[in-house]
Amino acid sequence: MINVKSKEIYLDHSATTYLDPRVKKQMDKYFCEEFGNPGSFNTIGLRAKKAIAKARNGIANILGAKPNEIVFTGTGTESVNLAIKGVVRANKDKGKHIITTTIEHHAVLDTCEYLEKYEGFKVTYLEVDKYGSVTPEQVEKAIRKDTVLISVMYANNEIGTIEPIKEIGKIAKKHKVLFHTDACQAGCSQDLNVNNLNVDLMTLNGSKIYGPKGTGMLYIRKGVRIQPIIHGGGQERGLRSGTENVPGIVGLAKALELCQKEKEKENQRLIKLRDKLIKEITSKIPKTFLNGHPTKRLPNNANITILDIEGEAIMLYMNKYGICASSGSACTSKTLDPSHVIMAIGLPYEAAHGSIRFSIGSRTTEKDIDKVIKVLPGIVENLREISPVNLELEDVLEKVIK
Amino acid sequence: MTKKPTYADVKTKGGKGWFYTDVVKEHFFKPRNLLRTEEEAKKYKADGVGIVGSPACGDMMKMWIKVDPKTERIKECKWQTFGCASAIASTSMLSMMVTEKGGMKLDKALQIKPQDIVKRLVDLPPRKFHCSVLGDKALREAINDYFKKTRKEHRIVKQGAKVIDKQLNVTDKDIEEAVLDGATTFEDVQKKTKIGVHDKSCIPEAEQLIRFYREKYFGPD
Repeated sequence: MINVKSKEIYLDHSATTYLDPRVKKQMDKYFCEEFGNPGSFNTIGLRAKKAIAKARNGIANILGAKPNEIVFTGTGTESVNLAIKGVVRANKDKGKHIITTTIEHHAVLDTCEYLEKYEGFKVTYLEVDKYGSVTPEQVEKAIRKDTVLISVMYANNEIGTIEPIKEIGKIAKKHKVLFHTDACQAGCSQDLNVNNLNVDLMTLNGSKIYGPKGTGMLYIRKGVRIQPIIHGGGQERGLRSGTENVPGIVGLAKALELCQKEKEKENQRLIKLRDKLIKEITSKIPKTFLNGHPTKRLPNNANITILDIEGEAIMLYMNKYGICASSGSACTSKTLDPSHVIMAIGLPYEAAHGSIRFSIGSRTTEKDIDKVIKVLPGIVENLREISPVNLELEDVLEKVIK
Repeated sequence: MTKKPTYADVKTKGGKGWFYTDVVKEHFFKPRNLLRTEEEAKKYKADGVGIVGSPACGDMMKMWIKVDPKTERIKECKWQTFGCASAIASTSMLSMMVTEKGGMKLDKALQIKPQDIVKRLVDLPPRKFHCSVLGDKALREAINDYFKKTRKEHRIVKQGAKVIDKQLNVTDKDIEEAVLDGATTFEDVQKKTKIGVHDKSCIPEAEQLIRFYREKYFGPD
């Protein structure tokens, strides 16, 4: 009999992370003691201003950027909105065409749809292959005379596939088109040097990198024409009005510093755990397969489809055993359709409802992985027994290979 | 060694913080009247069988009934479901409703609406209401199948409703209800009923019906 322990095993780090205690420690004094408004012309305000400047310098160093190329925002979503709306509106005299992909986060997709619907922009949504990858050639082919912005995510939040940002950046440069990448999922594990990556704009946020929620930033290369989407007191060089979230900014900078410093070692550890999880599940449970790229994937992501049963049911069962994961099933989405990413990689509808995402992180241990491997086969067997569906794995895979 | 959990192993600590009510949780983790495994289903001698939905839609259920020919009461109601927690729980609850107190009469069972099941489950999140409660439709199919097998074809009823989406058995009544619930566009109705997700051929007819019911209840645009 399996003991249900009260301790939860958190395998949903792509949704959000806990705060690193070292980050919290850094932030602590900016709540009650150093509470100043960086815009105030007094000693308390000046100290707050200094704290932000220090944070900005630290982040600029990591990104290989200049401090005045960093704008602090409220979330990753806000940064994406500023990057896309801000750039295309400021450059619409050059053209009104945007290139992005079908597997972007809704922050990008919904912003593009809004611009299409209300402001007359045209958007090309690049399709991905069965691994969820786009190619630089695809991007080059889609560039038109009136293309003003390319926005491709660094790594996908659901299936973990890492996109060829560097190469796409080269193409963008060659054609003198601005290039934005949503790097929210890549902040912990990937190289963020904007010059290596050839990006003009890059979005990051705190809540995915063991930093505070409600924090985000946008890197904007010097010389990029951009307008604000929020107006007011003119903070952040006029690009993001509103009193700065001083503890948040301090925390974001510290979180980025820590995870970037520790990434080599941590990536190795996570990859080992991730691969064990993938290998054990797909070999122990029949009719399962990995979604996303087999190697070009985030060290912390394992997205697995389990045939004949539905994702929400699997998830809730796992949750009963204290395991917190997430699902791409229709039941967990806003609409009644399965995840747009799972559909974009070509999974047929009948298989799209059974995907589970495990995203591991700094607190994940081998024991946690073993627990999943121990309880999941029984859960799947149980739900399959009561399911009237019995698909053939070969039939499903055949449909995936386009 | 992996051990198979039994339903009784799953301890719950009250519904607080959970997405569903305690009753839903109870029926999800301990579903009643199941036919476990394909073998068991094959062996089961039913008087009527009904299927609704498909894996592509995200929900599918199959229902088997045994009927006492003299009293026309449902003696047994077995089922299998592919779907989320509320799909599993609502089918389990339905199977209990029609077999309790000596079994429900067929005529009464044909009248069961999703609302009746949800009432017994205490509540369901609104967005789960129309999409996952498909058990009543599977049951009607099973009863009609029983009528067919017992040569009582004249009694086969669709509850005055016309099936619009043949894959999902979504009827004009369902569309009417969705419009009354505030849906104004096809997208709205689809969100509530899943109509046309798989059976695209029904979309024009569905759109016409939505306009019809909108005008009927809310006047011309």
